[in-house]
This record gives sequence, C-alpha cells and structure tokens, in this order.
Amino acid sequence: MEHYISLFLKAIFVENMALAFFLGMCSFLAVSRKVETAIGLGMAVVFVLGTTAPINYLINNFLLKEGALTWVSPSFETVDLSFLGFISFIAVIAAMVQIVEMVIDKYSSSLYNTLGVFLPLIAVNCAILGGSLFMVQREYNFAESAVYGLGAGIGFALAIIALAALREKMKYSHVVPALRGLGITFILTGLMAMGFMLFSGIQL
Amino acid sequence: MDKKQKETLLGPVFRRNPITLQVLGICSALAVTTKLETAIVMCFALGFVLIGSNFFISVLRNRIPPSVRIIVQLTVIATLVIIADQILKAYLYGISKQLSVFVGLIITNCIVMGRAEGYAMQNPPLSSIIDGLGNALGYSVILIAVAFFRELLGSGKLLGFTLLEPVTQGGWYYPNGLMVLAPGAFFLIGAFIWIQRTISPELQEED
Repeated sequence: MEHYISLFLKAIFVENMALAFFLGMCSFLAVSRKVETAIGLGMAVVFVLGTTAPINYLINNFLLKEGALTWVSPSFETVDLSFLGFISFIAVIAAMVQIVEMVIDKYSSSLYNTLGVFLPLIAVNCAILGGSLFMVQREYNFAESAVYGLGAGIGFALAIIALAALREKMKYSHVVPALRGLGITFILTGLMAMGFMLFSGIQL
Repeated sequence: MDKKQKETLLGPVFRRNPITLQVLGICSALAVTTKLETAIVMCFALGFVLIGSNFFISVLRNRIPPSVRIIVQLTVIATLVIIADQILKAYLYGISKQLSVFVGLIITNCIVMGRAEGYAMQNPPLSSIIDGLGNALGYSVILIAVAFFRELLGSGKLLGFTLLEPVTQGGWYYPNGLMVLAPGAFFLIGAFIWIQRTISPELQEED
C-alpha cells in the first residue's frame, strides 16, 4: 500500500508532468487564462489520463509486447509488435477523448462551450501519450499504471489551476510590454517549476 | 523560387516562429535541450516527420473526408514517427535512449498536427513541403539556441567537449545547476521571447 501512495505522490509533485517533464505545455499555456476553464481542462485530463494508462497497459501486455500473444496460441511466442505501440496508444487516447467530449456535451454545455477547441486537443496533449509511454518504459504493473495515470493527471490539473490563478492576478501588474502575454507566462512557469523542485527527494 | 514560397519558408523562422509566437511544440523543445547533441537529433527527427506528414496529407487532402480527418492525420503522423523511431534505435541507439519517450511524443507535437490541419489540408504538395521545412527550421533555431545555452552554462560543455573547465575538475567555472533543470529552460524561452518582441514590437500582445 505504502508503495502505491509513494508512487501517487511522486507522480503528482516530484515528477509533475507539466513542470518537470514539460508535457502538455501547449494546452498548459493556452488554456490557463481563466481558473474556471483551467479546472475544466484539468478534470478532463485527470479522467483521460487515469483511464488510458491502465487500458494501454492491457493493450501493451496482452497484444503488443514480445510473447504477449501466447494466450492466443503458443506459436505466437516470438511475435513482437511493440513497434505498433505509438499508433495503438494514440488510437485508445483518441477514443477516450471522444467519450469524454460526449459526456461533457451532454451534462454541462457551459463547460463544453468554454473548453471549446481544446477538448479535441486533449487527444494530442503530450501529457496523455507521455503517461502511457512512461508506463511502458518504467515497466509498471496494472495497479501501478492506474495509480500513476491518476497521479500524473492530478499533478497536471494542480499545475494548470495554479498557473491560471497566478495569471489572473498578473492582469493587475505592470509588465514590460515585450514580456506581456506569453513571455511572462514562461517566467511564471519557471518560478513554479522551481517551487515544485522543493518536493524532490521526498520518500515515503 | 517566387516571393510567396520564400515567405512560406522563411516566415516561420522568425516572424511566425512556431515556438515563441504560435505556442506550438513546446513540450519537446524544453525536454530534450539539456544537451546540444540530443537537441540536434530531435530537430532532424521532427523535420523528417513534419515534412513527410505535410507532404502526404497534402497529397491526400482531396480524398480525406472532413469528419475523420483527425484520425487520418494522426495515422499518417504516427506511421512517420514509428519510422523515425526505428531508424534512431537502429543507428543512434545511445541518443535514442537519452531522448526516451520524446521521439514518440512527436506524434502529439502540436506543430505537426497544427501544420497538417492549418496548411497541408488546403495547399498543394510542393508548398506544403516548403511550409514543413520552414516550420522545422523555426523550431530548430529555438531548440538549438536553448540547448546551446543550457549545455554551455549548465555543464560547461558543447557537444560533449569541455569549453569552460568546471571547478570539480580543477577548472575555474562554477556550473549553473539551474540551467540543467526544468526552470532554466522556462526562463531561457521567456528571455528569447523578450528579445524577439523587443526587436519587433508589433509582435507584442495586449494582455
């Protein structure tokens, strides 16, 4: 149990998707103007990342890995389809995003309108695919990949909501014209990344 | 080469730079830039995928039904990324290990999707190739500049050769640890944006 809590906290704080691995930066910078939309996107990312990591674990271990197809027939023992990893992971992600989009459209049309174009873009959010690829690379088991996916999603949501709150306050400050908008956002993100580095080395 | 093609090629390098102005493809730009070598390899990988995807999508543009275009684009891009990844694994195994998941993440690099959707779907193959090349160049300029400063200031080396002798090896240079870590990359890109928009004030945002 302790192992999972440790993995969970590590995924949220120490190995924060956005601030330590720079994943999902495009939507991180583009959708962080208002806290409300940031929360919406954060929730969507938590859900998609938390579900795609375990699903992709199953796909990787029962279809793609070398010897993974032995449950079909023992003669497939040497079949290695891992080069198909990228394309199957992205297909799973695109399908999950479609489902989330339909759910949000049905139950909260105001959220649907605010998220607008960025919802389909979750499909190409690097944080989601990155979660699945890290899961394969670090050889997590099923429970670990579920915990990791959820933690990474929450970490991303936390970072984007915090950045949106900072940017809302920044509206009242006098910024050098050339740094307005994107420039100062990068510097803010850098300062946040420095803050999150304080978590490194935490062990449970 | 006429004037329009020249603008397609050179526009993205400075005035419409994908990273500092269109805010596309930043993830990989920051993650692989701790060393110049990995950054250069990444530029070639991205250039290959970007030019290839722009070309193939432009060729197919009249045959792709609008409702499934995202899936078609992703399939084309993912196929090209798989090819690039397999080539890197075969010939540059060490660097491919260092790039880890970031080669795979070219699939979700917004530059590739953005150019496919925004340019290649409307334009003929030749100008799509030029547009791909231009955007790859714009991406490479920023990537190589960031990597240059991060490697030089962070570890006193360039492409693995020691230029500034660090104190740990009996030299005089105190390596700036911040540069190798995540925040350094953010500050550098912020600084580049600052410089670029000071040079051409019409790019500044009202915020």
